[in-house]
Amino acid sequence: MEKKVKNFGYSVTRDRQIDFDANNHDVGKIVALAEPTLHLCISCGTCSATCTASQFTEFSLRQVILLVRRGETKGLLKEVSKCMLCGKCQLVCPRNVSTRNLIIQISRALCNHEVSGSAMLKP
Amino acid sequence: MQKHIVVIGAGPAGLESSANLSNLGFRVTLVEKEEVTGGHLNKWHALFPSLASGKHTIEAIVKGLNPGIKIQTATKVTGIEAVNDYFTVSGHNGWQEKADAVVLTTGFQLFDSHRKEEYGYGIYENVITSADLEKQFASGKEFVNRQGKKPERVGFVHCVGSRDEKVNNLHCSKVCCITAVKQAIEVKQMIPEADVFCFYMDLRMFGRHYEELYKQAQEKYNIQFIRGRLSESTEDKDGNIIVKVEDTLLGKPLRIKVGLLVLMAGMEFPPATKALTNMLGLKNVSDGFIQPLDEVLHSNLTEIPGVFIAGTCSGPKSVSDTMADARSAALAVAEYLK
Repeated sequence: MEKKVKNFGYSVTRDRQIDFDANNHDVGKIVALAEPTLHLCISCGTCSATCTASQFTEFSLRQVILLVRRGETKGLLKEVSKCMLCGKCQLVCPRNVSTRNLIIQISRALCNHEVSGSAMLKP
Repeated sequence: MQKHIVVIGAGPAGLESSANLSNLGFRVTLVEKEEVTGGHLNKWHALFPSLASGKHTIEAIVKGLNPGIKIQTATKVTGIEAVNDYFTVSGHNGWQEKADAVVLTTGFQLFDSHRKEEYGYGIYENVITSADLEKQFASGKEFVNRQGKKPERVGFVHCVGSRDEKVNNLHCSKVCCITAVKQAIEVKQMIPEADVFCFYMDLRMFGRHYEELYKQAQEKYNIQFIRGRLSESTEDKDGNIIVKVEDTLLGKPLRIKVGLLVLMAGMEFPPATKALTNMLGLKNVSDGFIQPLDEVLHSNLTEIPGVFIAGTCSGPKSVSDTMADARSAALAVAEYLK
């Protein structure tokens, strides 16, 4: 059914720019503490090339890691949930990033962020 | 009779070539346009990847000089002429020598970052070059920006004046990637709480231990590498620099504020040397640097018998590559004169 929205003849285009200063970097900081191999990623894309989820969906671990690093975490939890934790990415990573734990830590931080508004883990 | 060789330019290449030629039994005159020998290395605080002191390195090279070497400083070579089987080399101050062979070790000139106006060098106070940063490191003073504040964020821009046809430089200057990694680490060592970013197109970690240093920059110092070439920088009211770049790995434009922006200036062939090579009739290829007779087999020979090249006058090189090239040039000269 067609929504009855008044057509004003124009729309608003949202800015695509990553505003690094305005973004919240808590998730990135917490994840890096929990899994320091986050720092080692060189965005080579081997993980996403081997990933079964990437074959069937838009999911890309390479991109998830970058989005976390840039503080672009809006809507990321849904992305991360596509991972099936099979761990194939960990077998192929040339920098020995602990990718499986990384995904778990990213999910945890994002969940906490969503529930409590803070990525900080409660003791 | 003892053969005489004139070496032009007393940077690391000229010093090392002279030392080796003298040890091989030749009479050597080393000419330098500046008052002191050492070249660019005099102004360089620390060398990658070991962070060895630039000053100590040049001192060690000079220590290797045989006292028989004649060092002619403050002399700009203005003429080289091939006469029968020798060369006449003359300077601006009337200095003149006959030589059986000439070694060109005239080096490079640093790219003038003013030419990339959109990056704001010479316009915004907190945009500096990699060479300016080395001077600041060497001064031993507290690391602050032009407002006297410790910058919370420092950005490094790779490939300034390199791989950029807008400034007529298609070539890669080779050493800037690893220099940026080195300087980023040094900044983090001075201000551990600062966030440091490198904006790069490709990271060319070609040398031994370079990749290790890059990994250390990520792992130990949490330096962020953002793939994308800067389009422009602007200044806010507090003197911070706002950088615009595409995060090409995410496919999105990105803006970020930094307290200090460092431009990794590349290497160019110096116009002063161009006059000498023109005089000799030497070929400079499209990148401006002198073309060796054969890049693989005869990298220190030129098209003119008796004229040799070493160091960065034949293309960008690290200090260690320059040293090796200088030694190899000495052997090539010895072979020619035997």
